[in-house]
Amino acid sequence: MEFLVASAIGILTSGGIYLMLRLRTFPVILGISLLTYAVNVFLFASGRLTTGAPPILRDGIETYADPLPQALVLTAIVISFGMTAVVVMIGLGAFLGSDDDHVDDQPEAETNTAAVKDAPEARS
Amino acid sequence: MSLFFIVALPFFGSLLPGLMNSAGRSATAGVTFTVSLAAFVGILTNLPTILAGDVVLAPVDWMPMLGLNFTLMLDSLGFFFALLILGIGLLIIAYARHYLSRDDNMGQFFAYLLLFQGAMVGIVLSDNILLLLVFWELTSLSSFLLIGYWKHLPEGRQGARMALTVTGMGGLAMIGGMLILGQIVGSYDLSVILQNRDLIQADPMYVPALILILLGCFTKSAQFPFHFWLPHAMAAPTPVSAYLHSATMVKAGIFLMARMWPVLSGTPEWFMIVTTAGLITMVLGAVIALFKHDLKALLAFSTVSHLGLITMLLGTGTAFGAMAAMFHILNHATFKAALFMSAGIIDHEAHTRDIRLLGGLRKLMPVTFVIATLAALSMAGIPLLNGFLSKEMMLEEANHTVLFNAVWLVPVMATLGSLFSAAYCFRLIGHVFLGPVRDDYPAKPHDPGTGLWLPPALLVVLVVVIGIAPFLAEPFVKLVTASVLGDAAEVPKAYFKIWHGLVPALYMSIVAVVGGLIMLAVFKPSLRFWDAVPRPEAKPIFEALIEGAAKLARAVILPLHNGSFSRYAAIATVVMVSVGYHAWTTGTMSATTRIMQPAGLVPIAGWLMLVAATIGMVFLHRNRLLSLILIGIVGLMVSIGFVFFSAPDLAMTQFTVEVVTIILLLLALNFLPNKTPVESSVLRRVRDTGVAIIGGLATFALSYHYMLRDAVSSPISEFHLANSYKGGGGTNVVNVILVDFRGFDTYGEIIVLGIAALLIYALTETLLGGPVRARLLNRKPDQARAGDMHPMMMVVMTRVIMPVVLMVGFYIFLRGHNEPGGGFIAGLIVSIGVVMQYMASGFGWASARLKYPYHGVIGAGVLIAGLTGIGSWFVSKPFLTSDFTYARIPPFEKFELATAALFDLGVFLAVVGAVMLSLESFSRLARLASEPSSDHPMDIDPSRDDAVAPDLVSSGKEAV
Repeated sequence: MEFLVASAIGILTSGGIYLMLRLRTFPVILGISLLTYAVNVFLFASGRLTTGAPPILRDGIETYADPLPQALVLTAIVISFGMTAVVVMIGLGAFLGSDDDHVDDQPEAETNTAAVKDAPEARS
Repeated sequence: MSLFFIVALPFFGSLLPGLMNSAGRSATAGVTFTVSLAAFVGILTNLPTILAGDVVLAPVDWMPMLGLNFTLMLDSLGFFFALLILGIGLLIIAYARHYLSRDDNMGQFFAYLLLFQGAMVGIVLSDNILLLLVFWELTSLSSFLLIGYWKHLPEGRQGARMALTVTGMGGLAMIGGMLILGQIVGSYDLSVILQNRDLIQADPMYVPALILILLGCFTKSAQFPFHFWLPHAMAAPTPVSAYLHSATMVKAGIFLMARMWPVLSGTPEWFMIVTTAGLITMVLGAVIALFKHDLKALLAFSTVSHLGLITMLLGTGTAFGAMAAMFHILNHATFKAALFMSAGIIDHEAHTRDIRLLGGLRKLMPVTFVIATLAALSMAGIPLLNGFLSKEMMLEEANHTVLFNAVWLVPVMATLGSLFSAAYCFRLIGHVFLGPVRDDYPAKPHDPGTGLWLPPALLVVLVVVIGIAPFLAEPFVKLVTASVLGDAAEVPKAYFKIWHGLVPALYMSIVAVVGGLIMLAVFKPSLRFWDAVPRPEAKPIFEALIEGAAKLARAVILPLHNGSFSRYAAIATVVMVSVGYHAWTTGTMSATTRIMQPAGLVPIAGWLMLVAATIGMVFLHRNRLLSLILIGIVGLMVSIGFVFFSAPDLAMTQFTVEVVTIILLLLALNFLPNKTPVESSVLRRVRDTGVAIIGGLATFALSYHYMLRDAVSSPISEFHLANSYKGGGGTNVVNVILVDFRGFDTYGEIIVLGIAALLIYALTETLLGGPVRARLLNRKPDQARAGDMHPMMMVVMTRVIMPVVLMVGFYIFLRGHNEPGGGFIAGLIVSIGVVMQYMASGFGWASARLKYPYHGVIGAGVLIAGLTGIGSWFVSKPFLTSDFTYARIPPFEKFELATAALFDLGVFLAVVGAVMLSLESFSRLARLASEPSSDHPMDIDPSRDDAVAPDLVSSGKEAV
């Protein structure tokens, strides 16, 4: 089980990093979202894996999952929604303002060709 | 008056001129004058203590662990300088009121001036050297503002930048020196440091500390080779020049040398560095000054020269030298401020400061003539004026100083400096005031109003009084000298007299004055010679140095930091992984303590789905809609994983967040292109794959490693589990941690969430107000539109289940303390319920039924949470201490009442507000881009004018 979770974290990270290194805003945002999953699961796993023992106190039960990482990850999930929303807004604003959804500034000449290349897609 | 008030007055007072700006120029100047006067009187109230030879101390611990205490000290040296700063400041304020024109923003000017004044007073009153450094940097910053006050002049901006660069660099060096000094002594308090002369001078770090501190002093006081910034700072308005370069800014370096004199002076290093620098500066400044045609440039270089003189005197390391230096500081401040103000008057009236265009002003401006001539003669060292007295003392001291084993060197150089000094003073008088009246002045010069000539006149009265009756100044100067010397030496017995008999100093003085007159006589040929000789210009050299530094920085930084996000991300990933790898290989690894748990069929199936979705995303990410669906699968699998691993709260949060995130991304995708084109080269994709795999392997290895080992020490979760019910009154430990144990964290988090939502709202507003608006209005949708934007099934369905959703949210909220749930999750659930209305019935319909704006909901949430926290203050408990009790209303079971529930309500509202505000902002963009659709889907309202018909025809292309 530990292997499954660890490899899932690794694969999510890999996918996240690869998409984060793309040139357009949308895949980069998705990449960051994947990384967020990876980080959240990673933090959560720092409480070690426990099945069938949620941290809800019950009489006569002694073992519980570690509640602290859960509390931290809970707020992390909500905050990451706020962050994603801000990043999406910035990316969207940049695209609407310049008709270009590149993450990096394009050299002058390339910007024009890129805009031409994008234009049909935007209107298709 | 307390020293704190004296230092604080100018700082707080600097808020006033700006406020008074609209009340008129006199009111602005008046309020500034009053603030300065109050501080001046405050200093004077300490006079009896100072005269008694005592020291006023006002200590307050600020950061005692760092040795940084806000300790102020007033001894006679500080008193002397504070008096100069505030006294001359008063005259400058009065003068500036009349000098500045109507176009200048006077409130701004006086605000800067008071800031500067406060920083200067802070320097001279600091007892802690770290505090002194703070004020030191403040003078650099505020003088930057003052020098660059005329922002429209390029010279002003360049001069200000140069002054800031040079004095700022010096300040950095000085921080180093002061820290070393503090390390040697073990205290940063001046009163302690000054007692440890032997300890400091015996330390091997003495020389580095000395050099670093002197760098600070020399840059500030414009000593060779850092003298070049001062003349360029002359682009400032004249009141600033008069203030900064007579009594304050440039004297700060001198002050510090005097302050540190007891512990730093007397060593060969001090003597060699300080005396040499002072001597060179004195002669060089005087020679350059003679050949300057700009009146203020002449005065600037003469200031450089006189600062050199004072530095040289301090450098000799004798008590007599220190006394002469103190006396000259006083004299220089009086005549130089008067001269600067006179130069300002001439500039103001004749509209030029070029000496070549002036002459014969004696008849046209008799008052200014008398003031400037007396001040200039004093500077030249003519008897019966104060400059003569201190110059005699300087020559006397020079006569006894032997540098580089050459008996003649210092006396000859000193005489030479005095000679040129006399020459430029004579030139100032001769070429500006004497000679025939010309008829080609840029403006007809005449004496100014009282407001302009009275301040310099007052100073000239001092010049003459001290010059005729030096015994009046003698006790005070000796008192100051005693404070400079500390325990290091006795105050010299020598008296201040005009006539000392036929001593060598007198002959040197005569040589200087006569030589000065001869220099003036042969000025024309020597000017031709001067112009013919090539000399290095400081400004191009300085600019080349700056350019070189910038180039170097660019060469180092640009390859790594070229503005490309992908590059940063790749570099950051590789660096993080390699640092982790380094730790991995050099650290020790413990044996595994946990056994791997067996994985059943279901977890493996979930894992397969997650991995497949992730890999699918990587390969299919060019199809954006598809990748959005895939990321939904990933999120779903993560949520299910949370359920499986005993984290129901997390699963519920992740699941609901997933829903709103997907909606958000869909809204964005509405505008963005649907496909990502292939742009990166194969090589680049291989590189990115490599980086990604390395990063993935690293996180895999790290998490796999620690999941198989127990924590090194027992986690604090034991405490939370043990106290959740006893202390927090809840059985859902995760929720109790959120709203109770770590409530303050949560409070911060909902604020961050609120700020993020407001940021999105602000960005939307900006977009909608700018050129994007037109673009959106003209936009043609790039997707096929639905024929029916508000399908009846969906509208009815969402409206019917709305109360159910709200009830579920309420239930989740209430049970949160004891069962999975709570404010976060309830907030997300309710948000989804509301979003459904937007989606089904349209933006207009939903907005019309919205009673409270979402900003208000966020604010209310944060406020409720904050007030809950503050509530605990009323029972003398720290912020956010929670309490709970059990209550029973007869027909129901006993139930719990906890303040934490109120806090959770705040969380709930903040989450609802933030999520809804974000989504609403996106929708507004979309709404603008589509044809306005029906605002009344499925509504029949007979009172409406446009009746039912248009509603049933689905003409809309509403995107939401």
